[in-house]
Amino acid sequence: MGKNPYILEMKGIVKEFPGVKALDDVTLKVTTDSIHAICGENGAGKSTLMKVLSGVYPYGTYEGQIFFQGEEMRFRNIKESEQAGIAIIHQELTMIPELSITENIFMGNEITRNGLIDWHAERQHTSEILKKVGLSINPDTLIKHLGVGQQQLVEIAKALSKNVKLLILDEPTSALNEDDSENLLQLMLGLKADGITCIMISHKLNEIAAVSDAVTVIRDGHTVESYEVEAGHVDEDKIIRSMVGRSIENRYPEHQSNPGEIIFEVSNWCVEDPEVEGRMVCKNSSFNVRAGEIVGFAGLMGAGRTELMRSVFGRNYGIYRSGTIKIKGKEVRLTSVESAIENGVAYVPEDRKNLGLNLLDSIRKTIVSADLKKILTGLLLDFDKELAAAEEYRKALRIKTSSVDVGVTTLSGGNQQKVVLSKWMFTEPDILILDEPTRGIDVGAKYEIYKLIHELAAQGKAVIMVSSELPELLGVVDRIYTIFEGTITGELPASEADQESLMKRMTITSSL
Amino acid sequence: MKQIKQVLGGDFRQYTMVLALAVLIIFFNVISGGRMLTPSNFQNLLSGNAYVLILALGMLMVIVIGQIDLSVGSVAGFTAMAMAIVAEKYNLPWFIAVLFAIVLGLLIGAWHGFFLAKLGIPGFITTLGGMLMFRGGVIWISQSISVPAPEELRFFGAGYLPEWGPAFTRMNNSTLLLGIIAICAYVYMEMKKYKRSGDITGEKAPLWAVTTRVVLVSLVIAYFTWLFGSGREGTSFPIPGLILVILVIIYHTITQKTTFGRHVYAVGGNKNAAALSGVNVSRTYFLTMMNMSLLAAIAGILFVGRATAAGPSDGTSWEMDAIASVFIGGAAVSGGVGTILATMVGGMVMAVLNNGLMLMGVGADKTQVIKGLVLLMAVAFDVYNKNSGRASIIGKLFPSKEEKSDK
Repeated sequence: MGKNPYILEMKGIVKEFPGVKALDDVTLKVTTDSIHAICGENGAGKSTLMKVLSGVYPYGTYEGQIFFQGEEMRFRNIKESEQAGIAIIHQELTMIPELSITENIFMGNEITRNGLIDWHAERQHTSEILKKVGLSINPDTLIKHLGVGQQQLVEIAKALSKNVKLLILDEPTSALNEDDSENLLQLMLGLKADGITCIMISHKLNEIAAVSDAVTVIRDGHTVESYEVEAGHVDEDKIIRSMVGRSIENRYPEHQSNPGEIIFEVSNWCVEDPEVEGRMVCKNSSFNVRAGEIVGFAGLMGAGRTELMRSVFGRNYGIYRSGTIKIKGKEVRLTSVESAIENGVAYVPEDRKNLGLNLLDSIRKTIVSADLKKILTGLLLDFDKELAAAEEYRKALRIKTSSVDVGVTTLSGGNQQKVVLSKWMFTEPDILILDEPTRGIDVGAKYEIYKLIHELAAQGKAVIMVSSELPELLGVVDRIYTIFEGTITGELPASEADQESLMKRMTITSSL
Repeated sequence: MKQIKQVLGGDFRQYTMVLALAVLIIFFNVISGGRMLTPSNFQNLLSGNAYVLILALGMLMVIVIGQIDLSVGSVAGFTAMAMAIVAEKYNLPWFIAVLFAIVLGLLIGAWHGFFLAKLGIPGFITTLGGMLMFRGGVIWISQSISVPAPEELRFFGAGYLPEWGPAFTRMNNSTLLLGIIAICAYVYMEMKKYKRSGDITGEKAPLWAVTTRVVLVSLVIAYFTWLFGSGREGTSFPIPGLILVILVIIYHTITQKTTFGRHVYAVGGNKNAAALSGVNVSRTYFLTMMNMSLLAAIAGILFVGRATAAGPSDGTSWEMDAIASVFIGGAAVSGGVGTILATMVGGMVMAVLNNGLMLMGVGADKTQVIKGLVLLMAVAFDVYNKNSGRASIIGKLFPSKEEKSDK
């Protein structure tokens, strides 16, 4: 058969979830001793593909073949793929913070002598491996005392300790600052020289351009393109075009916007990450919204969109550092969610099940829950008012249910979202922030939600819509801000924007 | 089946335990040869368990917010003992002493609330600390000796409604009046509900079902009125029972019909969603814990009133009875679920079990075993039902045929 130039070949991979084809005939070929970049939008199928490769989805739950070093692999779990020499480093770090570096590196893989852990050998090995990744710290240090960048290096060290041949890095630099990112890229180049192949999933095209030898673009579960490149001379625009290049059908209702005065203005908003000291999740963000206007926020996952919105909404997230909010020209201090609601701000969270709903509640209780004052008669809640409000929204938003007394869990995703929207419309807000309002909703329900958003704007409300689906933003909103790593990187009227110009601002490209 | 549902109205599930309670009472009455359903037995049952049921009121709210309070027994014992000592030492009038105990209860609650709400220490730990501290505190301040409580408290702990009026009723007239008021209030509320039932949805509740329900419930109230009122001279509906009834009405209203009550359920159901809906989560935690210790103080006062003296071991393991009542009443360990009325039924199940087994001559040892099993079974049944999506024990007893024709 001769020498196979590819360390990994994935052929015709098809992975279906109930109702969704996440991967459809995906092919991936990775040359030995290279750095291979995989790009694609959120939900394009990158992570699913890596889960198929690493055995998270065992052999038999997908179609297609995986060849690793010339042999067909049928991994039933992660352990087997690790034994073969494939290691994956996830976006979220998976180490145990209360244990030391040594303990974490040998977790589940302990060196034992006579049934007891040989700490001396483990420590010695750890020191050696740490040197390889360029860390010179005591192997007894607890993980929680390390910075995020160092933790990432320890993760890589852990993979190296298992004799890895193919290292997969899923968004490795998304949580790192620039120095740490640069370090990591250098390390990858070093690993390549040592004969370890890397697959890197990233949104940061400048990083891809700097180190990769080949690029594969995945979109909607298909391989769009795959080609070799020369590190340092990568056409970033070409990648962007293939990432977004799908046609926009007529999936959005027509609308005419009549923006009025600026009624919501945020200036120089700075917020610190509550978990990582010194890391700013919002950096000097300034934006404004007019009455009757729909403003979109485009950004990739982790760009800080949700964090920005939640911190604006009564400082519900992060540590407020500086910045001002003006509503209808008057400066307000929204120090709690309560005060935000009182000042006419509403926020529909992106995570419906964990943040938007109390899943134990009935529809009628949910609809009134953000403004109980409106159903008070004297000191007591008036159930007649509650029922009247619930019935009103049920009719207005066409919530499909047998009765408003049933639990919200009995509803479909689209109807649940309508209940959440009702809950916030019930507070009669002037400014409505919608965070991924159509996530997990089928196409028909999406259309209804879009129409509702237009209606709200037509009533003179200022609507902010956060979304990672660019076609949706282009189809629904009037003006778009792009956000990357906590910084607002651009502002465009929707009529002048297209997916490529947005994607360029949502990823840092070296030309900017 | 459909008819039964309509008669019971609203929340079908709550009636499961009521049914179990009724079966239990009748069962013990038969086994003990009619000694269960006598005036004096029920008077004792109520005044002897009122304090645990009062604790259960607060415990329900604590469990709904997803916490637990292990300190209530110790706090009840401590506040009552402090009250007795202060009253004796400074010769205070009884109402000042009671006020002192209530303020002390509120302060202790604020202490627990501070650790939970402001420092984020789980209620389990906070109140485990409280349980040890205040148990030790009782023994410390009393030097392990019982202290007589103010005389007047006996009325609250073990008193009866007064006798008055004509004798031809052949029962205690205060109790009779109370029963009549209860029936009238119930009928009035049902009528009001019926009148408005169709206003918004256009679907009126069937009149015959409402009527049947009203008649049934009125009969039950009338029966208990007679039971409590027809005892020997000088006995009637006990005062601690009356206090309990008043507190039940107050707390039922708080949990079901006030903003604070809604917040309690919201925080227990989904803390993050509640916070994003403008609920002040830490204030809700704080007030709920404070309220719990307030009720513990009230329970302690009633108990020493009945016992005429505060003892160093008063309140030992009361928290367990209170917690058991709440869970038998169908509250969820994870929070967000449970009602005051169901908790009262749960507490009555425990009380009737205690009482019935005693009448049968079963020893305290075996009673404990049986109570433990009942708790486990009740919760297991609940969990099983939730997992299999069934609504109630009745749903199990009368399976699918009619259920289908319902739809």
